[in-house]
Amino acid sequence: MENKNLLLSVKDLQVKYQSGGVLVHAVNGVSFDLEKGKTFGLVGETGAGKTSIARAILRILPDYATRVCSGETFFEGVDLMKLSATEMQKYRGGKISMIFQDPMTALNPVQTVVNQIAEGLKTHEKITKAEARLRAIEMLETVGIPADRADEYPHQFSGGMKQRVVIAIALACNPELLIADEQTTALDVTIQAQVMDLIKSLRAKRNTSMIMITHDLGVIADVCDYVAVVYAGQIVEYGTLEDIYDRTAHPYMKGLFAALPEMNLDSDRLKPIEGMPADPTNLPDGCKFAPRCPYATEECRKREIDLKEVSAGHFCRCIKTESGV
Amino acid sequence: MSTLIEAEHLKKYFQTPRGTLHAVDDVSFKIEEGTTMGLVGESGCGKSTLGRVLIHLHESTGGKILFEGQDITHLNKKGLNDLRDKAQIIFQDPYSSVDPRMSVSDIIKEPLILSKKYTKEQITEEANRIMDLVGVENRLRNSYPHELDGGRRQRVCIARALALNPKFIVCDEPVSALDVSIQAQVLNLLMDLQEQLNLTYLFVTHDLSVVQHISDHISVMYLGQMVETCKTSELFENQLHPYSKALLSAILSANIHNKKDRILLHGEIVSPIDPKPGCRFAARCQYATEKCNQPVELTEVTPGHCVACHRVREINDL
Repeated sequence: MENKNLLLSVKDLQVKYQSGGVLVHAVNGVSFDLEKGKTFGLVGETGAGKTSIARAILRILPDYATRVCSGETFFEGVDLMKLSATEMQKYRGGKISMIFQDPMTALNPVQTVVNQIAEGLKTHEKITKAEARLRAIEMLETVGIPADRADEYPHQFSGGMKQRVVIAIALACNPELLIADEQTTALDVTIQAQVMDLIKSLRAKRNTSMIMITHDLGVIADVCDYVAVVYAGQIVEYGTLEDIYDRTAHPYMKGLFAALPEMNLDSDRLKPIEGMPADPTNLPDGCKFAPRCPYATEECRKREIDLKEVSAGHFCRCIKTESGV
Repeated sequence: MSTLIEAEHLKKYFQTPRGTLHAVDDVSFKIEEGTTMGLVGESGCGKSTLGRVLIHLHESTGGKILFEGQDITHLNKKGLNDLRDKAQIIFQDPYSSVDPRMSVSDIIKEPLILSKKYTKEQITEEANRIMDLVGVENRLRNSYPHELDGGRRQRVCIARALALNPKFIVCDEPVSALDVSIQAQVLNLLMDLQEQLNLTYLFVTHDLSVVQHISDHISVMYLGQMVETCKTSELFENQLHPYSKALLSAILSANIHNKKDRILLHGEIVSPIDPKPGCRFAARCQYATEKCNQPVELTEVTPGHCVACHRVREINDL
């Protein structure tokens, strides 16, 4: 390893599902690196393949539908793809854990919250039941839930508190890498602010690395160091937060910013991106964004476009930036 | 401009096994013809219920609703049918608000058929006209909802709401299930339609950047009550209620150079079941004192700007 700060390195990740009679090309050759202590944002629209990337790293893709899951995912130098199921289990919930999108369905309705947090601790650490319980209660207090509510069931909590329980489960074993999948989408803005604040303070305390998956450009702006923009299962732009937000290079990302109501305060009309998101069962040849792109030419539709560096560390998959225009 | 719809001390309570849930509790407002009132608040604050009560999808528990000056609080079957011609709704989730077994053209034709005012030819003609109006391609008329993406499906829902040429439409989170790029298309469509047809909207949403864009006036709801109502620009520049301040400060901006200080609320939303008298926000409010246990009313603090807070003048140095 040339970079000893490197925590996770994903190389040429591919995920395809079988759905009905058709093949869904969910992730098409995604590569990225994540350094220790950094937060990496994956942004994109519904169906862009963001969650599939996360699930492929943790190897929790649905068996019945997954046809292809290939590539390499090096975590601290170990290729997770090559591990046996038992070896993988040691990582999952231990060194790598995930906060799921919907706190209403991510919790077990017939288990008390303290047991759900203790379960991971008992699996990954050699501790007694009583110790696990104590640690679980500590975790609850860390996320701001009073200890006397530990023996309650999920339905007795509000949405924001449930999400905090999900976060407590994910953080219980002190993971090196935390994958947060739309962790605040289901929450109200004032509760979202509380949860974001919690995640930021926990990250600062434990130096946890994070992958943050969201479609919300405000959430990305709030916490991420690096950002990858995903469209039709490919990274179309990658760089630091400032690269992506201040020196936006890809027409898709430019379009997304322009479509935000907050960027259109002076005018009556919003500027939507024309057309519909790419259909992963029937992807176009060449640039996947070309059918919606205002700058597209014949050339764009002819060949696959590579991710090219536009400035140090800032990459873009577009024919225009490829030739330096 | 004249007032199209008006609510006076409107109430909607639901009986639950644990007590009476005060979903909408003594709410009064007016919406002028051709304008949009945005209704914002957190989930469970009663904003959708209020929208539904206005057009009789729920019957109100108390108070009065006036439509074009006429009292429509209690309607018989004929009155309700007449109201359906004038007031319609677009629901949040375009995936669950259309019948999966009906084709696009059948969905749009249904209200026309039910109104019994059109002949068969007129119905087909009207349905085609409305599909053009909202930008649903004619080739899709025999498609079923599952074949359409979210944006097109929401257009079909908008077409259905427009079929009878209503004057008033309740838009209940019409874009929150859609992606940003598609959301902008649908918002533009709603604004164009308003201009062409002089529609009046009640726009219910939790997304403050959307409501800022589309509304003329905004009302902020908290646990069944209105806590602040004023012009849109006024709310964003000079919000007076402590809850509105926290709500607006919690918006995550996509502008990385414009980091605001967030007001973090502590505590959880209290239950709307049998609430205590007094300000309902007091439990989470940093300014709460003894007198906040007294009932509080929405009062005009500066011209056109109403706030329900005992300490509004102290907090804002008015």
